[in-house]
Amino acid sequence: MKKKSVAAKMWQQRKLQLMAWLGMIWLLVFAYIPMGGIVIAFKNYKITKGIWEAPWVGLQHFRDFFANDQFWNIMANTLGISLLKLVIGFPLPIIFALLLNEIKNVTFKKFVQTASYLPHFISWVVLGGILITWLDANGVINDLFVALGFYGDAGRTYFLGENGRYFWLIALISDSWKELGWNAIIYLAAISGIDQQMYEAATVDGAGKLKKIFYITLPSIKGTIAILFVLAVSGMMNSNFDQIFMLSNSLNATRSTVIDIHVYEMGMRVGRYSYATAVGLFKSIIALILLLGANTTSKKLTGSGLY
Amino acid sequence: MKRKNAEEFSGPKVKSSTGSRIFDGINIVFMIFICFLCIYPIWYVIVNSLNDAKDAMSGGIYWWPRVFSLGSYKRVFAESGLLQSFRVTIMKTLIGTVLSVLFTALVGYALSKKYLIGRGFYMAVGTITMFFGGGLIPTFILYKSLGLYDNFLVFIIPAMFSFYNMLIMISFFRELPPSLEESARIDGAGDFTVFFRIVLPLSKPVLATIALFNGVYQWNDYFAGVMYTQSKSLEPIQTYLYRIIATAQSSQMATTAVNVATTTTSTSIKLATMVITTVPIMCVYPFLQKYFVKGMMIGAVKE
Repeated sequence: MKKKSVAAKMWQQRKLQLMAWLGMIWLLVFAYIPMGGIVIAFKNYKITKGIWEAPWVGLQHFRDFFANDQFWNIMANTLGISLLKLVIGFPLPIIFALLLNEIKNVTFKKFVQTASYLPHFISWVVLGGILITWLDANGVINDLFVALGFYGDAGRTYFLGENGRYFWLIALISDSWKELGWNAIIYLAAISGIDQQMYEAATVDGAGKLKKIFYITLPSIKGTIAILFVLAVSGMMNSNFDQIFMLSNSLNATRSTVIDIHVYEMGMRVGRYSYATAVGLFKSIIALILLLGANTTSKKLTGSGLY
Repeated sequence: MKRKNAEEFSGPKVKSSTGSRIFDGINIVFMIFICFLCIYPIWYVIVNSLNDAKDAMSGGIYWWPRVFSLGSYKRVFAESGLLQSFRVTIMKTLIGTVLSVLFTALVGYALSKKYLIGRGFYMAVGTITMFFGGGLIPTFILYKSLGLYDNFLVFIIPAMFSFYNMLIMISFFRELPPSLEESARIDGAGDFTVFFRIVLPLSKPVLATIALFNGVYQWNDYFAGVMYTQSKSLEPIQTYLYRIIATAQSSQMATTAVNVATTTTSTSIKLATMVITTVPIMCVYPFLQKYFVKGMMIGAVKE
């Protein structure tokens, strides 16, 4: 065959190129232009004037953030909630998948699976609305604790208030509840791909259920766990905004103000666009470092990573 | 076939030990408990919304309506602003989902071709956006300068493409038998014809998965409404709900003397709206289960 020039090949696949470029143009406008907009983190941008006219201020906004007396508190909230979700919330779907896998009745298993996906499909607004009502002093949770005799009627508390004493716990439990079944899907899929002969051989050798779980199932899904763990670590700076925005209020602000909430409040409520962008950029950079670090570690330890 | 083997195997061929039976028993009880935890909150909202609003204010309704009434739902449908919000949500879900699925699939089809010149570059351009973005404020400024602020299109255009969903689609397109496409090309079909006539109809499972992801996002999202709209007529139902909840909470905290009748009305509207927004998804997702499970699996492999 005769070799064609690149230009001729391009012309031949012009329709495909057009399709690809539609996507590239979208990415340029909605992903790359905002990335370029990050320059306002180094300027003093006012909405009334353009980005170009705004004067440069260097790292002033970053310094302001680090010097902010809220800084350590905000970092503690962001990382505290994320660490709880990582240490306690991350293993739960794995345990759930392992236990669900032991259920032999197929109809029951299907039913449990379907029911466990339900919370994933409920919006954070609806769930937040339910939680706000339930955690009220006269809500279901207090009713339950009083009925169980944990404390009397005088002990009723507004769990979303109290200076946010319970906020991290509420964030952890509600998030775990919402995504338990959904996050188990991938593990269940990985488990169903394991060669059944290994289990048969183990049974012949007299291995019990726990032994099979620890010596066959878990090692077989190690790669999946590692990849999802890398993603979870890299997402640590991203608190679940929808969730926290819904559940935070002035009474729990000291424990609920995470970076994302701070960005929103400073940017949208106070109008400090440049400062808020700087805080957001700081967050993205830390997240990127976490991703690279977690991926390298995972590749060394388990051989699996994102790339 | 595989599943059958698994069932045969896990059946109690060997007499199961007492320990194993105790484990199974506890496991079943535990699973029933999980089901209860997942279903009960919605059940609670449903029974409370079906109770007379004034009576429901005194609390204590856990399992069944005490004074049955459809008053809350009548109230919802009498509220014109609320109906408008429902219209916005339905429109953005339908238009947003269809456009996003088609557009993402179209780009994905082109990028699924190994011989596409510049493919590596295009993939790199997209991959970067999965790990780094401009953030809230630059995005807000962009939408404002594009005239998307307080415009219905703000729900549609920024949600029209997703690189991650595209990756899922690409791995599906790759699995399609190439013979169908080849024979269509021999008959003189161009890329667009092949895409619309051959690839799309064959890709229903992955399109359904992505449509479900998009549909749920569009239906449930409240933040775009909070962030990018101002007019009441553009407020999606979840944003409307968010506003009722936020207002009720702040007025409660301010302990201002709120009119009891107002509180009752807003609570009853809140409950009924929660049910109306949640029930459609509840009715749909069990039937799409096999699709989204597959979609999640492709996604996991792709990662």
